[in-house]
Amino acid sequence: MRREIELESVDGLILPGGESTTIAKLLTRFELMEPLRKHIGSGLAVYGSCAGMILLADRLLDAPSDQRTLGGLDVTVRRNAFGRQVDSFEGDLDFPAVGDRPMHAVFIRAPWVEQAGPGVQTLASIPSGPAAGRIVAVRQGVLLATAFHPEMTGDTRVHELFVRIVRAA
Amino acid sequence: MSTPTSSSVTGSARVKRGMAEMLKGGVIMDVVTPEQAKIAEDAGAVAVMALERVPADIRVEGGVARMSDPDMIDGIIAAVSIPVMAKARIGHFVEAQLLQSLGVDYVDESEVLTPADEAHHIDKWAFTVPFVCGATNLGEAIRRLAEGAAMIRSKGEAGTGNVVEATRHMRAIRGDIRRLANLDEAELYAAAKELRAPYDIVAEIAETGKLPVVLFTAGGIATPADAAMMMQLGAEGVFVGSGIFKSGDPAKRAEAIVKATTFHDDPDVIAKVSRGLGEAMVGLNVEQLPADQRFAGRGW
Repeated sequence: MRREIELESVDGLILPGGESTTIAKLLTRFELMEPLRKHIGSGLAVYGSCAGMILLADRLLDAPSDQRTLGGLDVTVRRNAFGRQVDSFEGDLDFPAVGDRPMHAVFIRAPWVEQAGPGVQTLASIPSGPAAGRIVAVRQGVLLATAFHPEMTGDTRVHELFVRIVRAA
Repeated sequence: MSTPTSSSVTGSARVKRGMAEMLKGGVIMDVVTPEQAKIAEDAGAVAVMALERVPADIRVEGGVARMSDPDMIDGIIAAVSIPVMAKARIGHFVEAQLLQSLGVDYVDESEVLTPADEAHHIDKWAFTVPFVCGATNLGEAIRRLAEGAAMIRSKGEAGTGNVVEATRHMRAIRGDIRRLANLDEAELYAAAKELRAPYDIVAEIAETGKLPVVLFTAGGIATPADAAMMMQLGAEGVFVGSGIFKSGDPAKRAEAIVKATTFHDDPDVIAKVSRGLGEAMVGLNVEQLPADQRFAGRGW
């Protein structure tokens, strides 16, 4: 999706990974920032992974002071919370909302949710190690966000959850 | 290095290749100073590439071209929030070790710098930081993958402002992939031999019809139309070197190349952004370059 007109035919939108600073700049420059905000405000279902989570956050930490977001999720997200690329990692998480089998998650220069508002449901957290307890998957109504990239492992359960959210919306 | 969970790993092939996936559809710009890095970020670059001198200056000034000064790389990392890549000489594994310890997000083992080893590329599996490498054809691309490269770029001929070699290399890589997809299993063994590449990777590409990593283009891209053409030829993103900071209005040209890369299939947009860009970098005819001044032949 690159143009406002394409937004009219969308039932649910995925904001994929990428560079959140760049995506935010280009959303403004390509005149998509305000139309997207309007659609999110009127109930468009959106799933954001990694940079997409940053774009959905109402508040950011460790971001350039002029970085804007689409907002909608009542969370504070810390950019590159785990570090630079050499700190990027993959590992298993519990993600009970999609079943008992652990989710193998790939984190790339990933953010985490530093603080979540009362209406936000935590779906997954880091299980152990120095970042134990950090929130990496959340849902608030029709907005879903993960700090990791489920598309990289062939595990489709997060996307299936999003399809169910879109169908129910 | 301590990892965030006890069962987790850093530096896996998936994590390295995944980083390049995040850059798809974007433009990565060569920068030599923090000021240039900021201009690139403001223009919408998805990453910057730190090097000592842009290729056009390496051509003019000659001498040995090396990795950038660590102070300069620190300055560039501090100046921007997008990923920072940096170039190391072919085979110079200690330059690569330094770049990893400085915290760069990707290392480009680059023919644009003067090679440090005439027989061996860096063993890239030994690193946590991912590598991008250049290739002029599919065999070369697969040899780099076998050494652990996590991203490939067509080499082109850097510092010329002439897109002809980038076109040749992108067509060669994509054409070879299409040919592989038509071979039967017995023929793949002979193809691997001809490509001088490991059979397993050849068979994987024949089956999937694509490289197992992201494929960008590089070397000679100077205009928005150049970038859009390479995208239409199958590049998944664009490296621009001298084309931006050797031109009349770098900020404006950088922004135009970003937009043309995103809307590469929309001539109306490309026409619009191509207006009023000022002077393009001076171009060189590649066929008039003496063999020892062609970068694409470095690496094997």
